[in-house]
Amino acid sequence: MSFLASFSLGAFLESTQITRAAAFYLLGGAGLTCLLVFLAMGLGLLLGTVMASFQVYGPAWTARLVSLYVWFFRSIPIIVLMFMFYLGLSSQVDGLILELFGVRASIPAFPVAAAVLGLTSAAYQSQIFRGAMQSIPSGQFRAAKALGMSQVGAIRSVILPQALRISLPAWSNEYSILLKDSAIAFVLGVSETMARINQLAATSHQPLLIYILAGIIYYLLTWAGVKLLMKLYERVRIPGLAEVDHSGF
Amino acid sequence: MKVPILEARNISKSLGGKLILDDVSLSLEKGELKVLIGPSGGGKSTLLQCIHYLHRPDKGDVFLEGRSASEMGRRNICAFRQEIGMIFQDFNLFDHLTAENNVAIALRKVKKQSKAAALARAREELARVGLADKASLYPAQLSGGQKQRVSIARALAMDPKVMLLDEPTSALDPELIGEVLNVIVDLAKSGMTMLMATHQIGFARRLTSEIIFMEKGRITEAGPPAELLAPDSRSRTADFCAKLNELMGQG
Repeated sequence: MSFLASFSLGAFLESTQITRAAAFYLLGGAGLTCLLVFLAMGLGLLLGTVMASFQVYGPAWTARLVSLYVWFFRSIPIIVLMFMFYLGLSSQVDGLILELFGVRASIPAFPVAAAVLGLTSAAYQSQIFRGAMQSIPSGQFRAAKALGMSQVGAIRSVILPQALRISLPAWSNEYSILLKDSAIAFVLGVSETMARINQLAATSHQPLLIYILAGIIYYLLTWAGVKLLMKLYERVRIPGLAEVDHSGF
Repeated sequence: MKVPILEARNISKSLGGKLILDDVSLSLEKGELKVLIGPSGGGKSTLLQCIHYLHRPDKGDVFLEGRSASEMGRRNICAFRQEIGMIFQDFNLFDHLTAENNVAIALRKVKKQSKAAALARAREELARVGLADKASLYPAQLSGGQKQRVSIARALAMDPKVMLLDEPTSALDPELIGEVLNVIVDLAKSGMTMLMATHQIGFARRLTSEIIFMEKGRITEAGPPAELLAPDSRSRTADFCAKLNELMGQG
């Protein structure tokens, strides 16, 4: 971080001729980016834990279903999924809105973008959690059942708390990837960071510097998020498990 | 006629295509301590897990106080398992919880006790096994003997009617075996019904009413230690124990 301090953000902003209004405009974009990432990570966490549980402990047919889901979202680029979902949904829903409410409206882009990012993240997160769950000695699951816990109870009280803690480093990696992927939402017209950067660059004399600014914004968001997650990891760490090398952060 | 507190009838079980248990039956009266002895792979662990209904036997049934396990639905099997305590060779403590939370968690999640009540009971049980001062330590910070004692406290907190012990000291350093055996002796003296698989012959012959020898999925011999381990008996049990004693350097 020290090189930025010597660089002087103020001088940089001056050279790009970013006005205060523009700075606030970008801040709003960053806010939307954060909201997008928060919702997508949340959806991914919910779905991911459920899918991982079925893959590890459920009947074989559920594991196969999860596999299919993961393959689908791993194979298709997010930008394609964005258009697929948006156009697919709007072709169905817009007609419905017209019928029910008599209003000509389109489904908003933001929820669709958040959903696509969330569903994709769920696929990757489920594999993170699956690996973590499988690394927990199976004897603990047996011991939980021996104490009278049901399968679901054992997963909730014994397996998941440990799996989530173990997954934190990989999860923070997923966060940094999702943050970058969130920029794709601009193709649907969501007014997040990328969209707003483009706006400014279009009317600027120095578009290159505007895009460098975009890089800085994303860098700061990545750094803040990963740092927070690593702090969380240190706090909730299970004593006795292998040390993680933090030098990369 | 008194109904035995625990009875396994004609249990057969195959795992991975291999027949692990072949028509095994045994029963325990209240307060009895019986010992399962035999070579590894003989089916002792699988038998204990079938009695606990962690595995569903392919054939046969388990009766607790006369109630059949095979007729129970999923929810009742959970209640069935609450009444039987199980101690594992690898302790199987929950790594993310302190010793007292390990003991308390089943009380909270299964018996739905309040956090305060569960912790109070947990501390009681830990004190009973001599670990009151280790209550807020994590499993990673405990020795093997301490971990096993915590797992005993955890099982006892559920007030089981019967305790199953699957080679409780096999994974322990020799110097730590004593502290666990002492706890088990105390339990036996207090009248707990127990079925224990073990290699600790000396311990077994002192405490138990019957030694059950299992080999290749079948019970080959069963009888009081005085009979099976008499100096001139030519039982398979005596044979096996002699080899064990040789290995451990005991006379």
